[in-house]
Amino acid sequence: MDWALFLELAINGALAGLMYSLVALGIVLIYKSSSVPNLAQGALAMLGAYVVLAVFEGLKLPILVALPVAMAAMFGIGMGIERVALRRLAGRPLVMILMMTLALEIFLRAAALTTWGGTNRVLPLPISSDPLFIGPILINRSYVAGGALALLLFGFFVLFFRTRMGIVLRAISDDYTASWSVGISVERGVAVSWAMSAVVATLAGALWGSIQGVDQSLSSLLLMGIAVAVLGGLDSIGGAVLAGILLGIIQGVASGYLDRLVGGGSRELVVAATLVLTILIRPHGLFGREDIQRI
Amino acid sequence: MFYRQAGIHHTTYRGDRALFAIPFERWQIGVLLAFALVVPAVVSSLYMKSYVLPWLIWSAAALGLNLILGWAGQFHFGYAAIMGIGAYTAVHATLNRIPFEIAIVLGGVMATLIGCAFAITALRVRGLYLALSTLALQFVMDWVINKVPAVSGGTQATIQAPSMRLLGNEITSDAGLYYVALVWCILVTVFMLNLRRTGLGRALVAVREKDFAAAVIGVNSFYYKLVAFAMSSFIGGVSGAILVFCFYHAVTPEQFAVNVSIQVLAMVIVGGLGSIIGCYFGVAFILLLPGIVANLIFAAAQALDLKIGIELLAHIPALLYGVLIIGFLLFEPLGLAKIYSNLRNYFIFWPFGYAKK
Repeated sequence: MDWALFLELAINGALAGLMYSLVALGIVLIYKSSSVPNLAQGALAMLGAYVVLAVFEGLKLPILVALPVAMAAMFGIGMGIERVALRRLAGRPLVMILMMTLALEIFLRAAALTTWGGTNRVLPLPISSDPLFIGPILINRSYVAGGALALLLFGFFVLFFRTRMGIVLRAISDDYTASWSVGISVERGVAVSWAMSAVVATLAGALWGSIQGVDQSLSSLLLMGIAVAVLGGLDSIGGAVLAGILLGIIQGVASGYLDRLVGGGSRELVVAATLVLTILIRPHGLFGREDIQRI
Repeated sequence: MFYRQAGIHHTTYRGDRALFAIPFERWQIGVLLAFALVVPAVVSSLYMKSYVLPWLIWSAAALGLNLILGWAGQFHFGYAAIMGIGAYTAVHATLNRIPFEIAIVLGGVMATLIGCAFAITALRVRGLYLALSTLALQFVMDWVINKVPAVSGGTQATIQAPSMRLLGNEITSDAGLYYVALVWCILVTVFMLNLRRTGLGRALVAVREKDFAAAVIGVNSFYYKLVAFAMSSFIGGVSGAILVFCFYHAVTPEQFAVNVSIQVLAMVIVGGLGSIIGCYFGVAFILLLPGIVANLIFAAAQALDLKIGIELLAHIPALLYGVLIIGFLLFEPLGLAKIYSNLRNYFIFWPFGYAKK
């Protein structure tokens, strides 16, 4: 067994996993506040990347200014999506809500295709593409930046959920009726969580876009995001981060060794298999609440 | 006036449970069937091949998904994978000189076996988690179909389906293929119509409403969930096989990828959950409308001499597809079936609308 290779796969996997947890964070934020499993999170990330590009190229702003501007725009878009599409569906059967988020994904992907075309475009984040060597181990700098950002966001959310707005969101996630009765506007809270999740999606989209280029395939981050979110527990922010690291390592190492046997592309298989096994063995995930229904 | 109810008295339970409670509907179905039989003579071959034929086959497939989603209330986000298993099994079987009739049943049986593996997750979880696990299984099946050379014939490969031989006669004409699809579609529809009236169908509905409540009144909920998965997988598998033999004539993994699963789901939901006629409407809507509207837009743009980018035009169907689903979920969540039943109720009382309670 080649330990350097193993370590390299594991470390890069863990960092990539942290970047997946950026997508998962968005899913968790929305699920926590409104119990809506957002299957459009991948498309939101894609849209975020495109908005960053549009601001960067259209308004000729430097990329580090374009990013916050795009985040602000996505804040509005997230709120709008909740207001237009999801609010009317509150209390409807789950299959309608799932279908709505899937339809949103289809719509956003098609809208991006019609507006920006299908060519892969470069999103130049100021991250050097030189490899980073630690001893014999090669690490991708973009992954390091993404991982650091994920940890930073996790820290931000830990603090955020102690602020007044954060406590309001926690109350909403506990009990709608009780929140209403103490004067909390549940609708606004849910809208804010959608907006925050769209902002997080923008970051995820920009980072992944800088690595693999911006096109519609960014929306396939959804599978990874869902797998991480379920593994960590759908209502646990910390779980999403830890599960991201865990899934990243499993995926990196397993596909690193499996790819040679099956000729590439085993990444999706590992992720999907992890998702199925999680649901079969521990549906509420590593850190989720146990009151999730089981038969 | 049309749906004349005067003089119709159900004096027996059997009469009350009849498939068509109003004689007019029996005539309606009869006329529709007669029309379906003469379609090859009336409709131009191009329209029949590219619109009517896929519509029938997808309707049969959507009915299978409706069985599990609308009747048994179990989420199934991997239906395209099931169809793909049926299609690949049937194609490989015919390539190995197994007669078509047996091959297609083999496809259904194989789909049933693997569909029951999907059902194992239904034993453990329900709701969202069932949806996610079937979605993940769809990815797993995609991967297996794509990466195992024995199934797909190598990466990026297409397997040509041999021409169909039914009872010793080779069927190559468009009309022949159309009748094969029609017969399968009618078979599935009749099965679903009658399922509603049997104890099995009622047990499925009981499981849908509340599985432990069903268990309390003596309905073994896990058994019926398994049966529902098995039945819908069989319908899906055979529909997939017929889709390949009658319409695509070749099979590739992309025909049964995850976006196809979502498309069938959209057909069922736009049509109306748990409705048979809704499936036909939903399939027509999702499958045909985006293309037709895009053609109309194209024609309008040409007539008005507007410049619409080629890229924009190419993506209008996908955009419309998303908008249609969102619109239906927002404004008519019960689907086209509800619109149809509203219309029917109106005509039952017409012209005495004020007499309605």
